[in-house]
Amino acid sequence: MSVSSPPPRTASPPPLHRLRRELFATPLDGVISIVLLAGLSAAAVAFLHWATSQARWAVIQANSNLFAIGRYPLEQQWRLWLLVTLLAGATGLSWGLLRAWPRADRRAQPWPRNDSIAAALLGAISLYVPLALHAQPGIQVRWWAITALLLLLRAAAGRWGALVPQQLRPMLALIWPALYLIGMVLISGGLGLMQVPAAEWGGLMLTLVEASFAILLCFPLGVLLALGRRSALPLLRWGSVLYIEFIRGAPLITLLFLGQNILGFLLPGGLAPDRVWRAAWVLTFFAAAYVAEAVRTGLAALPPGQLEAARSLGLSLPQALLHVVLPQALRVALPATVGQFITLLQDTTLLSLIGLLDLLGIARTVMANPAFLGRNAEVYLVLAILFWCCCAALGLGSRALEHRLNPSTLATNTTALKA
Amino acid sequence: MTAPLMIEARGVEKWYPNGFQALRGADLMVHQGEVVVIMGPSGSGKSTFIRTFNGLEDFQKGSIVVDGITLSDDVRHVDAIRREVGMVFQQFNLFPHLTVLENVTLAPVLVRRRPKAEVQQQALELLERVGIQHQAHKYPGQLSGGQQQRVAIARSLCMEPRIMLFDEPTSALDPEMVQEVLAVMQELARDGMTMVVVSHEVRFARQVASRVALMADGEVVEVAPPEQFFTAPSHERSRQFLSQIA
Amino acid sequence: MTPSLRPQAAADAAAPLPWWRNRRLIPWLAQGLVGLLVLVVVAFLVGNLVRNLTAAGLLLSWGWLDNPSGFDIAETLLPYNAGLPYWRALLAGLVNTLRVVIAGLVGATVLGTLAGTAAFSSNGLLRRLARIYVEVVRNIPLLLQLVFWYFVVFLQLPNGDAALQLPGLVLAKSGLYLGHTELVNGVWQGSLRFTVEFGALLTGLVVYTGAFIAEVVRGGVAAVPAGQWEAARSLGLSKVQTLRRIVLPQALRVIVPALNSQYISLAKNSSLAVACGYTDLYSVAETTLNQTGRAVEVVLILLAAYLVIDLLISALMNGLNSCVQLKER
Repeated sequence: MSVSSPPPRTASPPPLHRLRRELFATPLDGVISIVLLAGLSAAAVAFLHWATSQARWAVIQANSNLFAIGRYPLEQQWRLWLLVTLLAGATGLSWGLLRAWPRADRRAQPWPRNDSIAAALLGAISLYVPLALHAQPGIQVRWWAITALLLLLRAAAGRWGALVPQQLRPMLALIWPALYLIGMVLISGGLGLMQVPAAEWGGLMLTLVEASFAILLCFPLGVLLALGRRSALPLLRWGSVLYIEFIRGAPLITLLFLGQNILGFLLPGGLAPDRVWRAAWVLTFFAAAYVAEAVRTGLAALPPGQLEAARSLGLSLPQALLHVVLPQALRVALPATVGQFITLLQDTTLLSLIGLLDLLGIARTVMANPAFLGRNAEVYLVLAILFWCCCAALGLGSRALEHRLNPSTLATNTTALKA
Repeated sequence: MTAPLMIEARGVEKWYPNGFQALRGADLMVHQGEVVVIMGPSGSGKSTFIRTFNGLEDFQKGSIVVDGITLSDDVRHVDAIRREVGMVFQQFNLFPHLTVLENVTLAPVLVRRRPKAEVQQQALELLERVGIQHQAHKYPGQLSGGQQQRVAIARSLCMEPRIMLFDEPTSALDPEMVQEVLAVMQELARDGMTMVVVSHEVRFARQVASRVALMADGEVVEVAPPEQFFTAPSHERSRQFLSQIA
Repeated sequence: MTPSLRPQAAADAAAPLPWWRNRRLIPWLAQGLVGLLVLVVVAFLVGNLVRNLTAAGLLLSWGWLDNPSGFDIAETLLPYNAGLPYWRALLAGLVNTLRVVIAGLVGATVLGTLAGTAAFSSNGLLRRLARIYVEVVRNIPLLLQLVFWYFVVFLQLPNGDAALQLPGLVLAKSGLYLGHTELVNGVWQGSLRFTVEFGALLTGLVVYTGAFIAEVVRGGVAAVPAGQWEAARSLGLSKVQTLRRIVLPQALRVIVPALNSQYISLAKNSSLAVACGYTDLYSVAETTLNQTGRAVEVVLILLAAYLVIDLLISALMNGLNSCVQLKER
């Protein structure tokens, strides 16, 4: 390869120049910029004025427990602390191990820049939030300890994770379903723990329980529906089509309504599961139809020769689906599928309309309290920020997962391909 | 011939659902160790024919017996045949989400249930045999076409088939990569593999084939050793075809 | 192949093929099994349904629709009072739904197109604002946005003299007045009046759906090959002209099918009107259910109505789609 000097770099224009080019390129642009800047600064000033002098943030601080876990009995709350600790530990462990175990064609990067930013952010949030909520010192310390645990495990796993033998590595994925089951036992009771009926669950905890239940179950159901939709067998295909189109034509609130009112009639003796679980199942069946459509796109993107090659190697149909077809289809469908999960998380707010005390439902009961009447703006603002952070985090996680799974992104640190 | 009959196809007829008849009574006998190259104009049913041998295409009339197993409605027969017959496709059809090594080891581990370590060892040896041992941990998308097709051949070989089918293996390759794949196939033939190859590569047929078959309009028109086929074909259709490709 | 299979294969050829190994039968057996399963489950559920409904005296009937409803509807285009039958109430609710859906479709399309094309503006601030708008709105639940618009914005509007007055538009707590507006005895009058409930619902739906439509439009415009822009520029067309006459018509081919699902989504989201106090079809249906207990019939009516609305929108968009697709050889 001949050595050529790189093209001379044009000096990047001074900041003022760049500003002019971005905002005032044409006269019309200039006018728009001025109007927007004026409007934005006015709005910002008004908002800051409101936030610092008129807003009464006590509504959040006094009710933070309600917002977090609803009316969960006080003496049993240690179980929730235990669950949060376990979740933090699992997150730190998974995060660190994923960094320590790179893909076969890439080199390990123990502390990429994004991770340092994320860790700093986590630390800052865990320092600020308990203080802002005027939480008791005991609770503040607990939060700091949990965050410290998460970061410590992250560092330790990142440092020593490479020592784990290859065979044991897939076990990591099992932590999460196991944790889900442990979590359900901790929250609802059983195995020697006192039962806490679902009617007493509320707030962020209820939102997360409903969302995680629906997300976990709608995925396999959606995949089955997508496979059925593309099946050559008429009964399976039309059955799937019927189900998917029926669900997609109905507003979620109508289906939740149906679930609350009619489910009782569908089971013998009018026996019906708790309202919380009825809603969870409706959310599951609802989301499954949309996930099915996303996965169907993934299946359609698959080159037809893939299934043929797998079959001609002797793989049975289930084996071919599991090892060849679905891994590829799901990679293509990943962004759309995670988008559905994000929508599902947002849809849990509809539970407040059928009388369940999810985050929004709790908010309404809080604001019905005469002491906090009219504090709508503060509460809704905090809820909006909370949801935005959760959904944006899920979106970022999805992009990171896409990047890891996509074989076409060339290795960043390997030597050039030898022809 | 004293070598046992590996493929015995008699009177195979196939209709597509739209009424088009792709195969009109095609016959072929392939003995162990033979390399049969099937040539013919496009649309003559060459690919369809060899795809009936491992059950990728159904057929309505006729019979096919592969390595003594009759291709019938019995699921166990089809599965057994697929284990013994390897296939290499025009579009390679490697699994893009698996590394090269994983591509090769997937089937023997899942289908023949062999221990993974043993299969990996054999896979590395096969990859070395086709010249790709340094790319074992790359993904197919990072390889050239010729390299991918060689991986595809190694992948089929890892199942230790007794027969290898090749469906236009070099037609999708850039010209400079065709030779490296043909070289691998030639070596395979030298080692005594029974091969049925659909191809347009005349030089390969001349050098490696035991017999050359011409297919036209869904039938096998003529089968003859290459010296006879290319210089003095007996059928009019063969002469027509040869004049077109010469 | 293991030599052991060959003699057995020969023996198999002689014996008749058992059904569980027959390649042709297996798919049909699988279907039959699934069909049977579904049938059994459905029969079980429906049987229970009938039994329980009969026990409660609520077996499927439609006569109750003629009974006087006994409840009022806050706002309605059709003349309505509490003495009219249930079906009139439901019809009024349906009309309310259609009102907000049609207005919402128009508003969201306009806002979405503006925000989507703003992504290609030469003004950096405008581009970033459009991006922020989309990213913020998409990650906050619609219901939360609706209650925000209703409780925090529209219900806080001042009344009477202090109301927001613009030429031809007055925004007050008592309502939104369009056209010729005047204050009469402390109460506003105008040629066209909308309730704040309607206003809040409409604003929420337009802002939310507009963000998604903006993404659709942006994706559609981005899908037009760069060569089109270059060709237009070399012909001397300005950026706006290019957008309007060359790029947007081609982008529509990609946009229109995606718009279909966004429109249907808006129509379904209108059912959240109950959070804004707007009496749409769902809200009326809920009240009807609470009063009559006729769960099955009410749910059927709801499902049927929304299904029809969805089908109408799809039919319209499919017609539009065929107009917009390129005429190719």
